[in-house]
Amino acid sequence: MMRKAKEKPPNLAIELAGISLKNPVMVASGTFGYGEEYAQLVDLNRLGAIVAKTITLKPRLGNEPPRMVETASGVLNSIGLQNVGIDAFINEKLPFFREYDVPLIVSIAGETTDEYVQLAKTLQGEKITGLELNLSCPNIKYDRKLMFAQDAQATHQVVSRVRKATSLPLMVKLSPNVTDIASIAKMCEEAGADGVSLINTFTGMAIDIENRKPILHQITGGLSGPAIKPIALRMVYEVHKTVKIPIIGIGGIMTAGDALEFIIAGAKAVAIGTGNFVDSLTSIKVIDGIREYMVKNKIKDIKSIVGSLKCPKS
Amino acid sequence: MVQVDAKILENREIGSQRYKMALSAPQIGRQAKPGQFIHVRVSKSFPPLLRRPFSVHRVQGQKIEILYKVMGKGTEILSRKKGGEYLDILGPLGKGYQLPSATSKISDIILVAGGTGVASLLFLAESISVANPELSILVLIGAKNREELLSEGDFRRLGCGVEVATENGTKGYKGLVSELLEKCLPLSGDKPKLIVFACGPSEMLKMIGKISRKHRFPCQVSLEERLACGVGACLGCVVKAKGSTYTYKRVCKDGPVFDAGELIWE
Repeated sequence: MMRKAKEKPPNLAIELAGISLKNPVMVASGTFGYGEEYAQLVDLNRLGAIVAKTITLKPRLGNEPPRMVETASGVLNSIGLQNVGIDAFINEKLPFFREYDVPLIVSIAGETTDEYVQLAKTLQGEKITGLELNLSCPNIKYDRKLMFAQDAQATHQVVSRVRKATSLPLMVKLSPNVTDIASIAKMCEEAGADGVSLINTFTGMAIDIENRKPILHQITGGLSGPAIKPIALRMVYEVHKTVKIPIIGIGGIMTAGDALEFIIAGAKAVAIGTGNFVDSLTSIKVIDGIREYMVKNKIKDIKSIVGSLKCPKS
Repeated sequence: MVQVDAKILENREIGSQRYKMALSAPQIGRQAKPGQFIHVRVSKSFPPLLRRPFSVHRVQGQKIEILYKVMGKGTEILSRKKGGEYLDILGPLGKGYQLPSATSKISDIILVAGGTGVASLLFLAESISVANPELSILVLIGAKNREELLSEGDFRRLGCGVEVATENGTKGYKGLVSELLEKCLPLSGDKPKLIVFACGPSEMLKMIGKISRKHRFPCQVSLEERLACGVGACLGCVVKAKGSTYTYKRVCKDGPVFDAGELIWE
């Protein structure tokens, strides 16, 4: 490759919770399957990291359809954590990643704290890069009615117990369906999390007015896509003021500009979710667009703009 | 499977709110099998946000065709596209029809189309007539009325027998195409040689599934569903299928074509 000797290419590499990423652009859990679904379309080795679809202890069939409906610039889903279960994941899905040089973060969810601990222990010896605790799926029933991420004490308990059970880098995926997301993020930090991923989907619904029935079989679902981006951004901004652990910004990112907004607000990395459905190459285009932005603005290192928001003095 | 910016060669209204679009997509054309679909991004801006799926209607050299009816915002935008513009398309996707092998005892093939369901069945009829020219194909086309009947001439040109059904009786059999199928079934002794392929609205497919169970002939149905990813990742498009109790199958990846017998109709 010919390049002017003086102009060093901008550095997009970051370190996130002890994981070295080539760039800050990941793909979000539940929107990229187990990698193999997109491998023909996307050069997986170019991604910052892959967060696999959430795994539970036992296989889950998932919710009755209809599970998905498009809304104004968004998507409502109620998949219900359909997955093959941890054993089949390890035996059938994990070997696929051996050929790739991309960090793999495994998302796990349990109905109880014990299940999270058991999942973390089971994955401890496997060839994975990190864990993401999904404490915020809006589409499954919890014993305790609230999801973990809606209860500061429960969040603290599950994060600290998983922390003791694993030496893997530990991220926690937070719910936006709370009054004060920063206080939940703080709990994660205190309990030993290495990072927080925010946000998961907003609970929402859509109605068929002709028969006056909810469109989703489960009545409500989780809203994602560009419709939620401004709220996700505000939440990243608030959490960044409160915690020191790295933030993975998620919520309706479609372009490099969207990703940069999250980075400037305080996210060290970002993840593409619904954007993968719209354009399988969204993540790659975001990486290239961030690089172009850095060249244009003479930014040598992406880390230098994380949380660099200039607010007017009040 | 590729994602490409394909040039629109033609986008022509062929009936009230029904369009045929031809695209230059040699890679997809080479790979596509009958029953597979392409996932189309109708606009770079949003809404609409998600892609829209369309069965491959025909492949001719470098050119692929889709046939669609304007149903909502996505197809409305699509209908306004002009030749020379480019469209971001992803495909070919999904599992198509399983063609009878040359060694099978199948001698009679019936294709049952409802509305724009003709789209995938024309490609199927062309493929069968190339691979197994000795097989006889009967095509049953159903629509609400005479004006909405599609592709009759295309099937005839391939040498298929064609019967039509209209709900208001303005052409052919008066009633549903599924009723017409029951009337056209060969005598019972010949049924082991029969296979039926169907594409159309879910109520129609459900009825045809029932008929196939009653008369015990193999039947493949192509389901229509709203899709998000189209590649099997999001699990948003599942249908209930038989398993130890039941299981969910992805319309976009395990289908859109299924054996009627493996689905649980509700």
